[in-house]
Formats: sequence, structure tokens, C-alpha cells
Amino acid sequence: MATMTVPGARQHGLPPGPRVRVRTATATTESAVARRVLIGVALAYLLVFLGLPLYVVFQEAFRKGLAAYFTALREPELLHALRLTLLVAGIAVPLNVLFGIAAAWAITKGRVRGRTLLIALADLPLAVSPVIAGLTFMLLFGMQGWFGPWLRAHDIRIAFTVTAVVLATIFVTLPFVARELIPLMEEQGVTEEEAAVTLGASGWQIFRRVTAPNIRWGLLYGIVLCNARAMGEFGAVSVVSGRIRGQTTTLPLHIEILYNEYDFTAAFAASSLLALLAVVTLAAKHLLERSHHAARARIIQEQEESHQ
Amino acid sequence: MTTRRSVRSVLPGVRLTLGFTVAYLTVLVIIPLSTLFVRTARLGWGGFWDAATAPRALAAYKLSVGASIVAALVNGVFGLLVAWVLTRYKFAGRAIADALVDLPFALPTAVAGVALTTLYSQNGLIGALFAPHGIKIAFTPLGIAVALTFIGLPFVVRSVQPVLETLPREIEEAAATLGAGRWQTFQRVILPALAPALVAGMSLSFARAIGEYGSVVFISGNMPGRTEIAPLLIMSKLEQYDYGGATAIAVVMLLTSAVILVSAGLIQRRAARRAA
Repeated sequence: MATMTVPGARQHGLPPGPRVRVRTATATTESAVARRVLIGVALAYLLVFLGLPLYVVFQEAFRKGLAAYFTALREPELLHALRLTLLVAGIAVPLNVLFGIAAAWAITKGRVRGRTLLIALADLPLAVSPVIAGLTFMLLFGMQGWFGPWLRAHDIRIAFTVTAVVLATIFVTLPFVARELIPLMEEQGVTEEEAAVTLGASGWQIFRRVTAPNIRWGLLYGIVLCNARAMGEFGAVSVVSGRIRGQTTTLPLHIEILYNEYDFTAAFAASSLLALLAVVTLAAKHLLERSHHAARARIIQEQEESHQ
Repeated sequence: MTTRRSVRSVLPGVRLTLGFTVAYLTVLVIIPLSTLFVRTARLGWGGFWDAATAPRALAAYKLSVGASIVAALVNGVFGLLVAWVLTRYKFAGRAIADALVDLPFALPTAVAGVALTTLYSQNGLIGALFAPHGIKIAFTPLGIAVALTFIGLPFVVRSVQPVLETLPREIEEAAATLGAGRWQTFQRVILPALAPALVAGMSLSFARAIGEYGSVVFISGNMPGRTEIAPLLIMSKLEQYDYGGATAIAVVMLLTSAVILVSAGLIQRRAARRAA
């Protein structure tokens, strides 16, 4: 006889549910051998398919020693690419945060018409291939694009500039904050905000004092995912940037250039920066999931209690 | 503020946020995507058909769809296994394994691309194991399937996991009481309950794989007609300023993933209705 908790209670750090003692003979669990084999195969798969690629990035980056690694990281072109990546994410992420909050407010608190359509549109960039996303911006701003002749007449360039890189990045990262906030704010309902209105609070006060504390973990979660994608975007940016070395090449594009020149140490040194970002993102995501899901579970629990 | 019919709330700022949302989506999503259809219309039916069904394009679709199906199937099997192990068993390192599942979401695709190519090339850590047996992975369709499998795993695990967590244990106990063995219970009771989520996860994996570029471009070798996937073909059309040809292929790809995603949604909805 063994003890176990209700399935799911421990997942994602939900607050411990009612602990139930269940008799687990072999009726609803596998034999110890089967369990060990299944765990072993699953872990081996994860290690080979996901662990090894991560490992090989650092192995290749440090293959020629620490000195070569840090020399590669100090190359002016790499530093330029790094600065551009930070700049692009620095513009795209705040804009999409603003959009995510506005969209979630209008859709969940305003209960506007056409919400299904709005949600679908906000999710659409996830279903579009990055290369196609880039293509659409070329069809707008490229020489043969809608605005191409007008832009040329006014001597404005958008295609193959940093502006195009920013626009394409905004497009591919647009859904991340909104899709976290919309379900979260939907579950929270409007009662607290309506109470604040009757007490005379202004819109900004309501958001800052009532809504924001309720959504902070979900918001942060969305920002982390949005940022990771913004800094790592490759396909869409590759199309619109024209890959002009030292001008429109973000870090992922610079990795491609270095790799194609067989400068593997430098390519993997640059990759190691983005791999570190990925590891930090995963850790933050995992920690936030605990808070985020705990907050959601608390809301659901409160709602159930108020219904009783 | 609440006089407008589209707004049914006493809360302030709804019209402002709605206006911003609609404007943002129009400028950044609707207008860019509509260019695809306008450009297709300009091609005319004949022009579209010729570009969309050129032999090089057909070879690219075949490769993209084939490799994406292989990836979705592999992820269906191993994603289910990983989700099962993570949900049902306690073991050392479970939390790290759970976090690692999201790596393909978090790792930039270009980094994944160069790392996978290095691993699976003939003198890479994994490639070297297969090379003596005459099996080449990098720069072949097999390598493309490997990259697409990498990118798609989290979709299946994260679709199946929540369903597995909330599956009532009572039905498994009932099956056991009725004399079913563990494998029988899994086949007849658990798997049918998981099937909609599994299909949804595999469809998401497939849809992502169809459009994937960064993680594939390095490992594929990009030989037209042999290892050139559809997104790569769009890329090379763009490099030749053949925007019409690029658009035609893009529209075919978008329609393919739309069909897959919509039918996955229908399967899920039907399953939900049956369960209700």
C-alpha cells in the first residue's frame, strides 16, 4: 500500500489539494519494472533529442578554449548584431505588451462584440510560417509592393532596413502576451473592477490597483515568452532584413553568416548567448508557471466557493 | 461611453482599448496578410496554377508534407510517452525534464539549426554513429524530419499533459475491477480519452513543421527537388525577386495548415461533445 496525492495536484505547483490516501496495488499503476523502463526511455529520448543540441552549442563554442570564445564575442559585427537584437526586442516587446493589455481589457472587461474574431486575429501570426510573415511585409514595402512606388518617390526605405526588422518581429511576437492575459482576465471576471467604479476610481486607477495585481504573473509569463521569440526570430527577419552585414543583421542572422563562412567557433559563441537566453527563459517560465497557475487555481477555487 | 451598441460594460476605457486593438490588428495583421490574396488575384488563375504546381514546387510540398507527417507521428508516440511519464511517475529530475520539454519553444530556431546540423553531420556526435552503416542524416530528408521532430515535441506533450492530469482515476479502477490488465486499460480506456488532445497536439506539430524555416535551413542541404522544403523555396523565389511565385506557394502552404488546424479543431469539438 502506498500513499499518493490526487493526480494533477502537484503539477505546475498548484496549491496542494485535498490529500487522499488511495490504495495502489497494481490495479492502477504499472509494475516497478514497466515504470522504470518507461521513465528510462522517456528520459533517454529527451536527453538525445533536446539535451544534446543544447550541449553541443556550448561544446562547440568552447572547443578552441576560453580565449578564442571571448575573442569571438568581442568582434564588432557580433556586438552590433547583439545591440540590434536588444533594440528590436526593446521596441517589439513593449508594444506587444501594450497591445496584449488593451486587447484583453476590451475583450474580457468590455465584453465587446466580435470577440471571437478578435481573439482569432490576435492568434493568427502563430499559424503563419515566419517566411510567409516576412513575405507579406515585402509585398507591402518592397520595390514591387503596394507602397513600393510611393516610398521610392518620397525616398523612404523600409524594406531591408531596421524598421522592417522591427515590423516583422512585432508581427511574429504579437500573440504571446494577449493569449496569456485573455483567458486569465476572463476567469477573473469584472466584479472587482465594477466595485472600483462604484467607489469612484478612474480607469487608470482601476487598472493599476485592481487588475494589475491580479494579472502580474500571467503578464510576466507572456513577456518572457514574447521576449524569447523576439530575440530569436529568424525566418521573418531573414526575409525583410536583406541580411545586410553589420547593418540589419540581428544575432540569429549573424549566426547564419558565421556558420556559412565555416567560422564555427564564432557561430557557436554567438549561439551560446541565445542558448543562455533560452535556459534563462525556461527557468523563468517554470518558476512563473508555479505563481501563474497558483493564482489561477486560487481564482477558480474562490469562484467555486462563491457559487456554493 | 456605454451608448455605443458594440460596448456593453460600465468599465471605463473599453472604447479606447477596443479602438487601439482593432487599429493594431488592422495595421499589423490584416493588411499584411491581405497582400497575399491581392497578389494572388493579380497573378490570375493561370499564373497562380503554373507557379503553384511547377515541378520544383510540387517536390517541395511533397517533402514538406512527408517530413512533417513523419515528425508528427514520432512526436505522437514519444510525446505521449513523455507526457505520461511526467504526469504519472515521481523520479529524480522530473522538474528539469518537464522544463526541458519547452526547449524547442525557447531556443531560437537558428541555434537549433546549427546545433542539429553539427550533431547529425557525418562526424557529429550522433551522425558518426550512423555514418559507418551508410546512413546519412544531415543534408538528407531524414535530417529534415529530425529537425521537424525537435521543433514539434512540446506541442504534443503540452496538449496531452493537462488531459492526463485531470483524467479521473476511477475509470481506471473500474477497468481493473472488471478484470482488465494495465495494457488493456491503457488501450481501451485511457487512449480513447486522450485521443482528441493527442490529435490536436500532432496537428499543431504538423502545422508548425510545415512552415518551419530556421531549424531546417541548415540541416536540409537545400538541393532543389531533393531537400528543398516549401519555406526554403519561397525564400529562393524572393531572392530572385519572383514575388508572384513566392506568393503562390505561400498561399498553398497557408491553405494546407488552415485545413489541418480546422479539422483538428472539429475533431476536438466532436470529442468534447461526446464526452459531455
